Amino acid sequence: MIAALLRRDLAQFFPFTGSGAALPVVFFVAVAMLFPFAVGPDANLMTRTGGGVVWIAALLAAILPLEKLVARDIELGFFDQLRLRGLAEEAMMAVRLLAHWLSFGPPLVLATFPAAALLKIEGETFEILLLGLIAGTPGLAAIGLIIAALTASLRAGAALSGLLLIPLALPILIFGAGALARQDQVSLGFVGAISLALVALAPFAAGAAIRAAREN
Amino acid sequence: MQAPPPALSAHDLACRRGERLLFRRLSFTLAAGAACHVTGANGAGKTTLIRALAGLTTPHAGTVTREGALALLDERSGLDPELPLARALAFWFGIDGMSDGEAIMARLRLASLAEVPVRYLSTGQKKRAALARVLGQQAPIWLLDEPLSGLDTASQGLVSELVREHCAAGGIALIASHQPLDVPGMTSFAIEDYAPADADETA
Repeated sequence: MIAALLRRDLAQFFPFTGSGAALPVVFFVAVAMLFPFAVGPDANLMTRTGGGVVWIAALLAAILPLEKLVARDIELGFFDQLRLRGLAEEAMMAVRLLAHWLSFGPPLVLATFPAAALLKIEGETFEILLLGLIAGTPGLAAIGLIIAALTASLRAGAALSGLLLIPLALPILIFGAGALARQDQVSLGFVGAISLALVALAPFAAGAAIRAAREN
Repeated sequence: MQAPPPALSAHDLACRRGERLLFRRLSFTLAAGAACHVTGANGAGKTTLIRALAGLTTPHAGTVTREGALALLDERSGLDPELPLARALAFWFGIDGMSDGEAIMARLRLASLAEVPVRYLSTGQKKRAALARVLGQQAPIWLLDEPLSGLDTASQGLVSELVREHCAAGGIALIASHQPLDVPGMTSFAIEDYAPADADETA
């Protein structure tokens, strides 16, 4: 049942197969493209600030799919039907977390190659940026899932989820972008640790949220 | 190994929606082969009862006991709107281990709609699609919430026929509907009979 569910979730959210799911990646690359035009052709400035811009673009790209992530399937009665077949909400949310991350994490990491070229990020800085995104995107996905589940039954859920994600994502952003400024690997360890904790927590928090959403 | 016969019972059940008590002291027992028709006006609590029986919500008071798997039909089909009907149903058939989904689709006159995306289906067609999902689940207990709404006369007859067959095969069906069904031996109760006498009463 888990395998069938993962296949279905991936088909729903994966770029180019799901409904408009390529949008986060397009958005991500668009920000990287526009930034040099906005600040002017100063290579030094771009090299210094470009990594931070990539992180912000990644954060914003992670917000885009949230609206459809949970609310749609609650309305569809999809989770109810799975529940009747004996699947726990936590398991549904763990699968959803994996599908959500796969749908924007790896594509974003791939899109970092052209983005870094546009922003003149090279050498060790590029490595740290790439590693940071690999370590940080699961955490962003987990925060996104929790927020999407919590706001699913609210009418203004979509607008609210963007606002809620930003403060929660700050630790990942601070350590992820901080690693770039100081060129150190220790901060990356922190990003990974925060991500792991969030990934472990998310299925339980999101599962409880969709159970609670049934009661009203 | 033979599975124990299905059973569904409610004991002293009370449910609220928001702060309002919808019904209380509701008890019944359905054994294998039983069909039960729950009637009541819109908002009387039929859907709330069904969701509590399905274990999706916690009743305000009382207990629900059941033996056997449960299939639920409500106003939400659980079928992905973007997918063609055959593929949307195939997901549930796959999970439920139903190998002969095509026969079910033919039975519900859905064969010609197999390639149509679910969101283009009419209300009645969607309802028939959801019924196909219920049939594919092969669960001994059916909870049907307004199975007749949106259906034409022929399809309404088909629902009665399916319920008759299901109960004849030893299944249990609880149907919440304000429309009549043609199922011999079906018991029925009105949910309003269990409504609190005055609004302030608590369970």
